Amino acid sequence: MKHAMKHAAFLAVLLLAGPALSETKVAPSWGPGADDAAFTRMLAASFKDKGIAKVDRLTQDETQAFCSDPEAAASPAAAERRRQIEAANMATVKWPSDGKWLGDWKEGEKIAQSGRGNTWTDKPGEPNGGNCYNCHQLSPTEISYGTIGPSLLQYGALRGRDEETMKAAWAKIYNAKSANACSNMPRAGHMGILGETQIKHLMALLFDPNSPVNSKSGPAQ
Amino acid sequence: MDRVSVGIAAFLAVSAAVATAAYAQQKDAAQEGIEAYREALQDGNPAELFELSGEELWKTPAGPKKASLEKCDLGLGPGVVKGAYAQLPRYFADTDRVQDLESRLLTCMETLQGKDPKPYVEASFTAPPKEEMIALAAYISGQSKDDPITVKPKHPKEQAMYDLGKRMFYYQGGPYDFACATCHGQEGTRIRLQDLPYIPGQKGAAAGWGSWPAYRVSSGQMWSMQWRLNDCFRQQRFPEPVYTSDATIALSMYMAANASGETMKTPGIKR
Repeated sequence: MKHAMKHAAFLAVLLLAGPALSETKVAPSWGPGADDAAFTRMLAASFKDKGIAKVDRLTQDETQAFCSDPEAAASPAAAERRRQIEAANMATVKWPSDGKWLGDWKEGEKIAQSGRGNTWTDKPGEPNGGNCYNCHQLSPTEISYGTIGPSLLQYGALRGRDEETMKAAWAKIYNAKSANACSNMPRAGHMGILGETQIKHLMALLFDPNSPVNSKSGPAQ
Repeated sequence: MDRVSVGIAAFLAVSAAVATAAYAQQKDAAQEGIEAYREALQDGNPAELFELSGEELWKTPAGPKKASLEKCDLGLGPGVVKGAYAQLPRYFADTDRVQDLESRLLTCMETLQGKDPKPYVEASFTAPPKEEMIALAAYISGQSKDDPITVKPKHPKEQAMYDLGKRMFYYQGGPYDFACATCHGQEGTRIRLQDLPYIPGQKGAAAGWGSWPAYRVSSGQMWSMQWRLNDCFRQQRFPEPVYTSDATIALSMYMAANASGETMKTPGIKR
């Protein structure tokens, strides 16, 4: 229910983003004659609730619907729509309530290592992991990392720690679609995957000078 | 079974050696280790045990009609098993549906043997009814080993199924916004150290489609394609796909047609 409400609120934000939204609607371009009804019927008949993973997870918000046709979403004609979606996602970002950006990088490393959470075999109420190493290189000593996302080695050391840089990283973790409408990265804060404290720990992993991410001894890329 | 344990021990030894290997060589070494292990098991894939029990299930009369499955039509005519798996999924006129291997087996069990498919659909993948399905899938897939994958959607329902599969592949949903394409829509990426096949391409589709069902060394289990897809959706944070539902058949059609022309390597073996 919480999830559904979040979607509803998000849709409202999108609708407020500007009257151009309804006019520039990109049709689901799976070629002329695309049978949306058949697809909808197939989805409805093919999935069932299991554990915490209920069928309402198949209901898309506007970002998901837009990005489910990657060719149309990436086309130059959809540039304005991408900007609107990014702005609407940016509007969901909640900044740290006490104005502090950084937590404990050691806790951040644990969260980055954990790929747990939100599957039908996960129990409700247990803290979710960040899944970070699934797609990103972070600590130079962890060799089991994925490559779907860019390497984050030396993240803070390369970028510095000014307000603007912190804000950009926070927004990226909280809602990755705020910077790139169809980023492959989950919207950790917006979707309720990670809480504020967890995000601070991950920020520390990225920015703390003592974090392994910023260590000088890492192997060359 | 001894050979299996020795093989697993060898695999673990390779993995341990790999863990200490230099960082830059890690990916290649791991990959080579797994490939060397697959090679070493060429004539000792534990999937063979499942093929044998599947063959027995295929040939033994069972169900209210006390019939075997030997007259089952898998697309090449009643009783023809050789090469049938390499041409699935396909349209079947008697059911007026596009079917993959496992949904077709359910049809044959119902029509020939008089069995109720429901318990087979509803059982968990580790329960006896699914063990039957997986053994049958292992046997039948083995009869297409080294055959060219030949799935070219021609019938309008096959073409429609392919399109539905393509849309399913790119359909984002759930709390993580994941689609199949999130992981399998780019060339040359990996999760942790696991290489991800690029399903829209022929080689990647063959890597994803053409080696299932497969024996999984890490879990000591034989997995059918339906089980493989089920676990993909779990990791995608989607709700559970119904066994042999159209979404799973559509995705199978998308993969199989993309892989068409490549070689079937079934039953496979995975780390």
